[in-house]
Parts: sequence; structure tokens; C-alpha cells
Amino acid sequence: MIYFDHNASTPVRPEAAAALQAALAGLHANPSSAHREGQRARAAIERAREQVGALVGARPDEVVFTSGGTEGDHVALIGAAWAAEPRGRRIAISALEHHAIHGAAAVLERLGWAVEHLPADADGRIDPAAIESLPTDTTVVAVMLANNETGVIQPLAEIARRATARGLRVVCDAVQAAGKIPVRRETLDADYLVISGHKFGGPKGAGALIVGAAAPLEPLFRGSAQERGRRGGTENLPGIVALGAAAAAAARDLEAEHQRLLELRARLESGVRAALPDAVVHGAAAPRLPNTVNLSIPGARSDHMLMALDARGVAVSAGAACASGAVEPSPVLSAMGVPRELAVCALRLSMGRDTTAAEVDAVVEALTAAATMARAVTAGAR
Amino acid sequence: MSARTVLAAMSGGVDSAVAAALLAERGDRVTGVTLKLWCYGQSPLSPRACCTLDAIEDARAVARRMGFPHFVVEAEEIFRARVLQPFLDDYAGGRTPYPCALCNQHLKFGDLVARMELIGAERLATGHYARVGRLADGSVALRRAADPTKDQSYALALVPYAALGRVEFPLGALTKHEVRAHGERLGLTVWDKPESQDLCFVPDRDYAGFMERNLGETRGTGAGDFVDAQGRRLGRHRGIIHYTVGQRRGLGLAAATPLYVLAIDAVANAVVVGPRAALESEALLTAPANWLLPAPPADGARASVRIRYHHAAAPARLALREGGRVEVRFEQPQAAVTPGQLAVFYDGDRVLGGAAIERPLAGTTGAGRTTRAAAVVPASRAAVVAAAS
Repeated sequence: MIYFDHNASTPVRPEAAAALQAALAGLHANPSSAHREGQRARAAIERAREQVGALVGARPDEVVFTSGGTEGDHVALIGAAWAAEPRGRRIAISALEHHAIHGAAAVLERLGWAVEHLPADADGRIDPAAIESLPTDTTVVAVMLANNETGVIQPLAEIARRATARGLRVVCDAVQAAGKIPVRRETLDADYLVISGHKFGGPKGAGALIVGAAAPLEPLFRGSAQERGRRGGTENLPGIVALGAAAAAAARDLEAEHQRLLELRARLESGVRAALPDAVVHGAAAPRLPNTVNLSIPGARSDHMLMALDARGVAVSAGAACASGAVEPSPVLSAMGVPRELAVCALRLSMGRDTTAAEVDAVVEALTAAATMARAVTAGAR
Repeated sequence: MSARTVLAAMSGGVDSAVAAALLAERGDRVTGVTLKLWCYGQSPLSPRACCTLDAIEDARAVARRMGFPHFVVEAEEIFRARVLQPFLDDYAGGRTPYPCALCNQHLKFGDLVARMELIGAERLATGHYARVGRLADGSVALRRAADPTKDQSYALALVPYAALGRVEFPLGALTKHEVRAHGERLGLTVWDKPESQDLCFVPDRDYAGFMERNLGETRGTGAGDFVDAQGRRLGRHRGIIHYTVGQRRGLGLAAATPLYVLAIDAVANAVVVGPRAALESEALLTAPANWLLPAPPADGARASVRIRYHHAAAPARLALREGGRVEVRFEQPQAAVTPGQLAVFYDGDRVLGGAAIERPLAGTTGAGRTTRAAAVVPASRAAVVAAAS
């Protein structure tokens, strides 16, 4: 199977797997325990905190370990909104956000908050100027760093500059960006940065929320004082240790991988353009993650393509899967103004560490063959 | 037999689950698919309906258990255009539709057949109780299931003949009891799942309510007159979508002898009622027919004809009319020939073809020459429409 779905999840790095196994085998104590065994466990967590901080340009004490992106998004958005409640009960999220941010916003809506939406342009970018037109009682704005579907990188530093000038707290879901492009929390000026381990070679179920030193945080999980009172519950020690190892390896490889993937992306896109001249790459005009290509082959519906590619040993994602697993037009592409008939043909191809040029060429070939069959199904249905 | 690549349609119910599982067990390379037809995610309907997320999850669990891949395919648009809209139009036109036949024709044996190419499938398998066989002359025959109580050949009469040669019905020789036993033996969680007797998209059988509430349908919902065969007004009806030919219950009409719905006149918004004897017809005319034969049969051919799902086939002669229509002339008059239902033509066990009934033909006996058991007449519209697929 050629795996081109690394944005969904990418294989665990050997360093992370080794760290995980070592922790399972040798670090059984509760990190909160006072004895030496507990202190050993605590030390492993604190080392991981340094490694994760180093990946995203944050101080170790700004790192709060979580179960992953969804938890991080919830704690950041809800916690920031709660902390700022005296100034207003209104937040803003971009039209491109991940389901997790939409879910957290829905929690706030249920508690009486109003939710504004920042529109996207045709290239899949949020216009920083949109910050200026938010109502004055807005307290928090959430804009992701790189979109999970298109890979488009948002002008976050500019958005955060304008938001901060207006006194807004900035929540940045950096789940797809971390480990793929350089991420420096301070440069971005985001108050909260959310990352997830399994997107850059860590295990599933381990992630982190980076909270700027000046930013307030209202914990969601309370009752015990782990993570300095910011996230109650006994730490997922093996996961955290592996997350740290993955972060260190990702930071080490970042520059070389970035360059290598950019070349593969160019090879993939030029291959597709040559074989399927009417294919459309979404967000092509914007800066994008080096590993992600979101494209539509007109007339070749995603659900047909998924089956045909799977039968040919190629794993990709469709635009967006709904709860049933069927393919529906992606809200992200809709927000970019992509017409429905093109949006239902969207495929996300996302590459990773093990992707080779030969695989890229094989995927182009498989796409071409699958498109011929998928188009025949569509034509037959008319 | 050697292993084949099979696309297996899986509704989430026990029948299609066992059908797919049996093929996987014998070594076929099975890919399961569930058609997403309607109302997922926002369903106000019962969770046991075959169109809900639960059904997809059930199908997926079977695929996981048997170790084959499963996909959900988007078919909502084609379902609306080819099944739901004709269903509504039939009701509005005073007919009593049989949507399962259209779903089989356009989705399971239309859309899915087209999708076989995607995975290079040689066969399409479903959980229908029917059999497909190849005759000595190389032609393909659709036959009734071995278990007459489960036979679904009636619902398959509109399947394109070209598709039939690529179809597989693994349950055709089994009884329901045996199917459930296989399900249990294979460890499928759906093995004892209750059977749905309803249309998958209207699980509560309230078709009129479904059309008005969910689809905003206004045609056929206005009150109008009950009239007798001479056009005399006998009372008021609640809207023609509430009635079907042959219906006796729920008319709310007082009369010396029981009254039955004889016909529905959508143009006049009238429901024609009369005595039991007036329900009988000696003949009917169909819409253009679908033949499950290499070529249509000879004019005047003999056949047994079923005019609804729960109808014992009646001997008749088939006359071919213009535009592919068929005039069916029964040896004995038949009660409640209902426009919109299928007339399905059999030669013994073999399905020759089928077509939607357009109308009964004049020559109704009127005088009550034959009196059949009242049980052959449907008690309500729901009973007719929902006869399982």
C-alpha cells in the first residue's frame, strides 16, 4: 500500500517507539509520587516538555500536555473565553478551522457566547483585515496555522498582531503545521498553540497545548494539580515521553525534510498536471505545507476515486468525511468558494517521511487510471 | 470455484451481511459497500431504519469481522432523482408506488454495477432472496428463491437484463432461519437484528406524514370527495395520498355493504368507492416493460402474473402493445389491480420481466362473478407500499 494520508496520521518515528517501550518497561511510578521512582518518572516528563517546547519555540513551562488536538483546541478556546468573560461573551473563529475548534465553539455557544466567523479567500487564506471588523466585545480569535485539507499556511503573525493590538487572545491550532514547517510561538504571537503528536511521528493520544506566559488559562480537567494545575489527571507518561522523542526527531529533521517534501510535491503536481491537465489544485496560489496537495479531477467524484485508488493500493483522503464515512463537499473548500461539482471531487494527498519519488510517480499513474474509471461511473449515471 | 473479486452491497441488515460474509468465507475478494441514500445525521426517524448511521456502522462491523474492506458510497442525489421523486409523483398522481423496485433498478443494480469497474469486480452480490442461473442457450435467468416465504424476485423485476449476468445472490437457496444461523456461526453482531418490514426511508409507515413533514409535499394532500362509480358524492376524504385501490378500512363511510376504494382520480381529487365485486379486473395495461430475457416474448405468450408483492401469481396471456407496454389478460378476474404497483411475469419459477401497472382495463366484471378471499385485498396503503424489498 502506498500511504498518502500522512495528514490523517503518520507512522510513529523509531525514536518515539523506542522511548514509548522504554517508558512502559521502566517507568511505572506515578510522576506525582514523592519517592525516587516517582521523581524518575517526573524527570522523563520534564525532559519531554523541553523537547516539545524546543519544536515550537516555547519555554518548557509553557507546555501543557494533553491527549491531542481536540483537547488542546477545547481547553484553549473555552479556557481563554472563560478567562476573558468579564470583557464579553463573543469569540471569533476562521471559516477554515478544524472540527475540533468548531466543536469547542459550539460548547461556548451553548453557554451563551456568540460566535463570529472570519471568511476565507479563494486561495484558502484568512484576510488579517477581517480582525478589524469584529464587534468590540469579541475576546478570543481562533485561526489555524496550516489547514489540514489544503495545507494552506495562514498569515498568522499578521492576524495575531492585529488581534493583540485590539486586546484579543489568539488561539492557534498548529496541529498540521508542527513538525512540517518551522513554528515559533513567540514570532507568531499566538497566546495558545495546539499540537498533536501523531501528526509528526508521535503516538496517538498525546499532544500539547502551549500557553504563552502572559496568557490566562482556565483548566477543563480539575481536581488534581498535574501540569501545574492546568490539566488534572495522571499524566500519559509513555505517550508524553514518546511525544518528546518525536518532537526532538522532527526538529532535527525539519529543514531537510521540508526541502525533500517540497521537491516531491512539485513532482506530484507537475505529474498530475501533465497526465490530467484539467485537474485543479486547491490553494495552489498560497504558501502551503510541503507535504500536502488537495486536488479535484473534474468528473471524478471522491468516493469513486477512493475505492478505485484503494483497489490499486493507494491510500488517500477525500475532501472531508461526514459521520457516516460518505463523502460530502468539504466546508473548507466551500468557504473558499470552490463550486460544489468540483468540491465533491476533492482528494487530499499528504506525504510523509517514508514517501519516495517512485511512490509519487506510481500515485500519478494510479490517479490517472482511477480517474478514467471514476469519470465513466459519473457519465453512466447521467 | 476460484476466488473472484466481488462488490457486495450491504444495507446493514442481516441478509446482505450474511451474503457478503459467505462469499468472504469461501475465499472471494470481497469489497463491501453501503449506499448512503437518505437522512443520515439529521434523521428524526427510528434508529432501526436501514438508512441511518447505525446501519452503516453495522455493515462496517461485519466487514471488520470478516476482514474485508468496506466503503460508504454517496448515492443521495440519484436516490432522490430516481426513487424519491417518482415515489412522490406517483402518490400525487393517485398511484401506489413500489419504490423498492426502482431502488433495485437504479441504485443496487444500476449505480453499483457501474461502480464494479472501480475495483475491478467480476460479480456484484446482494442479500436478496432470489436465484440467478445460466440456461443451456447461454442466457441468464432470474428465478424465485428456494424459500417461497422469503422470495424477493418480485422486487427485482426491473433490474436491467445486462446487469443480471454479473449478479450473485448467495442467499437464494437458503431459508431465513439458515441465514441467521450462518450469521451467528460467523459471529456477526447483526445475526439476530429484527427484520424491517418498512420502507427504509419511512420506518414508521406514515407515508403521508413523511411526505408532508419531511418533503413539504402539498400535492394530493387536500380533502376531496368520495364518489361512487356513477359519480355520486358519498362523503369527504382526507387527501388522495391516504388511499390505495382495494382499501376498505379507514374510509369512514357508512353503507349497507362494505365499500372499497376502486380508483383514485387525481385530476378530480376524487376517491372512487364501490362494492367488493367492482374491484375485479380481467385485464390491465402496463408501462413499458423490462424483460429479463434476451428478447421480449412472443405476442400472446402465457405467463403467471403477480400484481403486488403478496399476490399469488395468476395465469394470464401477455399481449405486446406500442411503446413496449404489455396488456395482461387474466384467465380469472383479479381483485384490486393497483396503478403504480408492478405486474411481474413468471414462467414457473423464472421471472420473464415486469412493469409498473398503468391502469386496469375495462371489462371489470361488476356482477361479482368471482369472489375471492378478502385477504388478497390490501387493508391499507402502507401494507402495499412497504412490502419488503
